[in-house]
Amino acid sequence: MSNGKESSLGVLVDPSRLRAPLRLSTENLVASRGVLAAMMRIRLAENRLARARRDGFIGGPVHLGVGQEAIAVGVTQHLRPSDRVFGTHRSHSHLLALGSSVHGLFAEVLGKDTGHSRGMGGSMHLWDQSKGFYGSVPIVAGTVALAVGAGLAAKLQKTGDVAVAYMGDGAVEEGVVHESLNLARIQNIPVIFVIENNLFASHMHISIRQPSDATARFAVANDIPAKVIDGNDVIAVAEAAEEAVTRARAGGGPSFIEAVTYRWYGHVDWRDDIDVGVNRSQDDVANWKARDPIARLRAAMVAHGYWSFEKDAELEANLTREVEEAWERAMQDPYPAASSLLDRVYAK
Amino acid sequence: MKTYNYGTAILAAFEYLLDKYPEVFVIGQGLWSPWYVGNSMTDLDKKYGVHRIIDTPVSESACTGAAVGASLSGMRPIVVHPRIDFMLYAMDAVVNQAAKWSHMVGGQAHPAVTIRGIINRGGEQGAQHSQALHSWFAHIPGLRVVMPSTVADARDLLIASVLCDDPVMYIDDRWLYSQIQIDELPNVREIDLRTVGPRCLAVGTDLSIVGSGYSTLLALQARDELAAQGVSAEVVDLRVLNPFDPTAVVESVQKTGRVLVVDGSWRTCGMSAEVIASVVERLEPGELLAAPRRITLPDAPAPTSRVLEKIYYPDFGQVVLAAQALLSRPDTRV
Repeated sequence: MSNGKESSLGVLVDPSRLRAPLRLSTENLVASRGVLAAMMRIRLAENRLARARRDGFIGGPVHLGVGQEAIAVGVTQHLRPSDRVFGTHRSHSHLLALGSSVHGLFAEVLGKDTGHSRGMGGSMHLWDQSKGFYGSVPIVAGTVALAVGAGLAAKLQKTGDVAVAYMGDGAVEEGVVHESLNLARIQNIPVIFVIENNLFASHMHISIRQPSDATARFAVANDIPAKVIDGNDVIAVAEAAEEAVTRARAGGGPSFIEAVTYRWYGHVDWRDDIDVGVNRSQDDVANWKARDPIARLRAAMVAHGYWSFEKDAELEANLTREVEEAWERAMQDPYPAASSLLDRVYAK
Repeated sequence: MKTYNYGTAILAAFEYLLDKYPEVFVIGQGLWSPWYVGNSMTDLDKKYGVHRIIDTPVSESACTGAAVGASLSGMRPIVVHPRIDFMLYAMDAVVNQAAKWSHMVGGQAHPAVTIRGIINRGGEQGAQHSQALHSWFAHIPGLRVVMPSTVADARDLLIASVLCDDPVMYIDDRWLYSQIQIDELPNVREIDLRTVGPRCLAVGTDLSIVGSGYSTLLALQARDELAAQGVSAEVVDLRVLNPFDPTAVVESVQKTGRVLVVDGSWRTCGMSAEVIASVVERLEPGELLAAPRRITLPDAPAPTSRVLEKIYYPDFGQVVLAAQALLSRPDTRV
């Protein structure tokens, strides 16, 4: 770790390792085109937001998760629309991975009436319950207990649905996470805690925030089964998610997945050279870009003869068109009526 | 007709809700103990099962957050905080999440969660076992704040709170459990909380005394004493502090010309200030016959020593004195 301490995560935090194409089973291959497209759509959409924020079209902050796409897409492989997913300040990927529309996201970020949250939430308060996305908020760990409650509801309703609580490595520094892990375990609640450990909270590396960089130690302390995985390996994420979801649906209670990753942009907005004013190591950024979750899947698909660079170019062109059309449409969309300021405080 | 006191009226509300609505469950500390919540939840765990009456770890934050999350998933949870002081750990779930959720998501989802915070004070318990924080909560848009003072409201407004689609802080006061006489209540009538607001409990002509929760009881006791002195006091009970509809208070003061607010929270930025401001800004110059007055807690944490405690908490005698002071000015109306 950067302060000289031993990392508990080993090769998972060494960006010179784990760069090879993923290992794919036949079953993985069949699903791979959709998985690749989902990750590429997220990346293109977030890069579009980065440019628009840089160019002054977006008024509020955007917290981009480029480089982390494999986690949301991998987890989502085993979810169904009646499951209940809660996110964070960095949740564009969590939302889009569920199949929520790019246009709705863009319109929301622009504060438009057609946005997923009717233009009332922006990038940091996303919502699309029809797709199972119950909400994201920027208070760190603010939704973790809510996800536990959504899981508790599923248990009481006997639906077999599961809840997902996405959070970053900074969130485990919040007290409510520990209360939530304990409560989930003692009540045997079908909830999956997914920790996107990108090693940073704002400008602070985990080595100067925690005595160990392995957040799964908190799962162990609460008797919750944990998997620590390469978060840039969409297959590994999906496998961990499948195990956790299967356990939760069968009444086996909570699970904890720590997915190690890295964000290519700084904490907020479009720059990759700073985190909230603090310089980032350009070597680290470059090294982690070489562990690109999309490139690793794509290379594996090509190596299996299942994919070609021509097909890839065609897919990227189609997705780019979709993203650009969504952006243009969102830019033309209307803002919320002034009445919405007061009309939405309470239920009608 | 069955007879109830304040505590058993709350119990009756729980039983009504749990009998009729499978989406209702209760979560909080002390729910399996007869010790924590007086007679207001006796044997609910035995009658409805520990899966619906969930006594929890010492985790106010997660349990309140979990209730919010469950409320977004089709349930109508009731979170119980046997002492409101402890629920300060839960402020993110209440203030950042529940209160703002509807607005943040464009009115497309509403946390139908009821948070019951019990004021439990006196008995030399001191600063962290005594607080009444209704004024705080009333400051938060999106959070409905209900404070019943009568036996009927204790039951019917709890039911209305739970059936309301918005997050509701329901605040009851242990001092009311034994002090209000047993009332006969008719069968439950489900009320739309959005239609509930301040209400005149007792008609009078000389001054308006405004209270909420236990303060309303003080106002009613003072009214009896004043009546013996030939003074006719009207008592208005706030019942719902947020969103606050001052209409009934304003109408009362327009009639009497004098207003005395009794509030069990602190003075600075307290509910008493909101009531007086709301009245004054709606009256014409000259409609008030005397400057408004208020009785609140002094701006200090609750003490432990019984000598200081006696000074700290207002009693009905202070309400009587304040009313007399209000009336010492001559009636200048023609």
